[in-house]
Amino acid sequence: MTTTTTGPIEGYIQTVPTLTREGETVTIDAQSVYYKYVNEAIRAAIADGAKSIVLNNVNGQRYIGTGIKGADITITVNGTPGQDMAMLMDGPTLEVFGNAQDGVGNTMNAGKVIIHGDAGDVLGYGMRGGRVFIKGDVGYRVGIHMKAYEDLRPIMVCGGKARDFFGEYMAGGLLILLGMNSRLEGPLVGGYLGTGMHGGAIYVRGEVEPWQCGKEVGVFTADEADLADIKPVLADYCECLGMNLEEVLSEPFTKLVPVSHRPYGKLYTYL
Amino acid sequence: MPTTLIQPEFLVEIDYDKCHKCGRCVQQCGWGVYSFNERPFPDDTKCRACHRCVTYCPAHCIKIKKNDLALRDNANWSAEQRKNVWRQAESGGVMLTGMGNDKFYQSVFDHLVLDACQVTNPSIDPLREPMELRTYLGRKPDSVEVESDGKGGYRLKEGAGIAKNVKLDAPIIFSPMSYGSVSLNVHKSLAMAAERLGILMNTGEGGLHADLYPYQDNVIVQVASGRFGVNPEYLQRGAAIEIKVGQGAKPGIGGHLPGEKINKEVSTTRMIPQGSDAISPAPHHDIYSIEDLRQLIYSLKEASGYKPVGVKIAAVHNVGAIASGIVRAGADYVYLDGFKGGTGAAPAIIRDHIGIPLEIAIAVVDQRLRDEGIRNQASIIAAGSIRSSADMAKAIALGADVVAIGSASLMALGCHLCQGCHTGCCSWGLTTQKAELTRRVDPEWGAERLTNLVHAWSHELQEILGALGVNAVESLRGSRERLRAVGLDAQTCEILGVKPAGL
Repeated sequence: MTTTTTGPIEGYIQTVPTLTREGETVTIDAQSVYYKYVNEAIRAAIADGAKSIVLNNVNGQRYIGTGIKGADITITVNGTPGQDMAMLMDGPTLEVFGNAQDGVGNTMNAGKVIIHGDAGDVLGYGMRGGRVFIKGDVGYRVGIHMKAYEDLRPIMVCGGKARDFFGEYMAGGLLILLGMNSRLEGPLVGGYLGTGMHGGAIYVRGEVEPWQCGKEVGVFTADEADLADIKPVLADYCECLGMNLEEVLSEPFTKLVPVSHRPYGKLYTYL
Repeated sequence: MPTTLIQPEFLVEIDYDKCHKCGRCVQQCGWGVYSFNERPFPDDTKCRACHRCVTYCPAHCIKIKKNDLALRDNANWSAEQRKNVWRQAESGGVMLTGMGNDKFYQSVFDHLVLDACQVTNPSIDPLREPMELRTYLGRKPDSVEVESDGKGGYRLKEGAGIAKNVKLDAPIIFSPMSYGSVSLNVHKSLAMAAERLGILMNTGEGGLHADLYPYQDNVIVQVASGRFGVNPEYLQRGAAIEIKVGQGAKPGIGGHLPGEKINKEVSTTRMIPQGSDAISPAPHHDIYSIEDLRQLIYSLKEASGYKPVGVKIAAVHNVGAIASGIVRAGADYVYLDGFKGGTGAAPAIIRDHIGIPLEIAIAVVDQRLRDEGIRNQASIIAAGSIRSSADMAKAIALGADVVAIGSASLMALGCHLCQGCHTGCCSWGLTTQKAELTRRVDPEWGAERLTNLVHAWSHELQEILGALGVNAVESLRGSRERLRAVGLDAQTCEILGVKPAGL
């Protein structure tokens, strides 16, 4: 492969990388290839009938899986993908053997993202459907404005700890925090938990302090019915990430739900 | 204790000698002003002077007058400020209102005049000579490489990589107004008119209703922080994609559609539950920097096959630097929304006191981008109370490629600027979701009126261009030498890059 110096960034390979194809599996070597060409290769392979894409040597390339459609597509990422992975993704299963960065599952529609590591900030922003499973810790502003609609219910499970603004403005769906696979010191979750929340539910394995919670949420201990709701999700999570369901369920969960669907309904006077 | 100190703003007078007692006023009023007991009785406190009843009264017997109650004169405390204190003392609430800023601020447009050709260079007669209003929205290349076509001519070099542009047959588009804030029939009217005119309508932030799919080539799809109705299919449908960062009427605050306006259809289009508030947080929580904006611009390009992506911002203090960042982040156009722009709902205090005039914003953004040598990399759309073709011509001369009209397009559909959009009771069926009101707008009728308006302004713009002696609207863009200021201070003239009249 030749490295061209024309194009947006010096030192990147700016041609579509070569694909190795075996049956319905296509392998792409992303080493030093500029993101645009990695994604072009993925789209071309799918258009060409590939069902399984394996990306090797990924190192910060953005938008992997962004806008990709098809429930029968699987994308395997070996390495560290860049920002906005699986944004607007609609159906595929995307598995990362490494850590992910910010913006995973941004406005995602359907499909599944499995991350065998930590992930960054703003995960699942405005997510409308599908599942995002993260094994380790997550950053700030996770699950902001997740929203459910009819049979679409976005689900995100984070196995480690989370920082501030977890589930802020949440309008629907399910957000679960386990605090089990953490490398962080300090509390399970930061402050402003569920601030401005007006739909959906947040579950935290363990307890949260009143100071951590936004004033728009009501805090309860999860009961039998709640656990029945999240158990299949956790079973799926454990299966994807090789964890033990019984161990996950061995601690009580705290449930946070919005007090109102109209948190700001009484704020105004009409002129 | 009195329940309220607020007296009615208008008095509804019915001449009962003429009144047919037909009850049409009762039927037509969306605000519930009239009750009927052998004849109509108005409740003045509910009247917003929207003139729906006046328009439809077969006897022409209704008069709406200002309630001219004398308050002691006070140059410091206006009657309105006094009323607002009483209102807030009664409610404790943030005052919510609709449409654009109604406070007095010096209009820059009204202090600018255009040039015309006289003896030395001829004007052009637009009635007989071609006058080009077509323009293209999007990024223009820094340079163009051509190659011989083998027939003695030239063609663009293969793989020149010119970004997609959207063709506009007139430099006017319809401003973003969401389905939810306005009715579906308004959206249909706008879409049909846009298709007939070869221009664009803009979904606003509430998604694209399925009935508008046939018009998708003439639609800009908007992505706001709430991401309502945004999915891959939605992005595939638009002619262009717009990231909404700010709105002129309410810079720095988010969108908020109250649950009352979210019926089944709106909920389907926005993909959110019925009756639940639709909140678009003020910031996009995934955009805290220009780099983050670049990330969103390119993710939308990736998801849509590299369509033009624009960014809509409110005109604020450092708008030049902000616009420069937006263009450098890869935006194909910058949409500038001035502080007189309309809205479906905004706190009055924000609407009336935040932001800067559009005219100033256009001039500084155009100048800044020129100074940096990147003006070609993005189109500028100017909006925020473009009231006539004169405003449009002046906006283009100040540096805009295209103007967008929102309030004017609603007025074409019957809006009387009563500022009650946020109540959801619009008698004209524009800013409401109540079926008995929304059916008052027939999309065919609406499209015709919008088409008429844009045609009229287009002809007037051709006349203006002819007078200026230019035969293409793109020749007027940023041509501030063709403007003069009357009664603006020296510093404002300097910022605008416009000489005072007489020089």
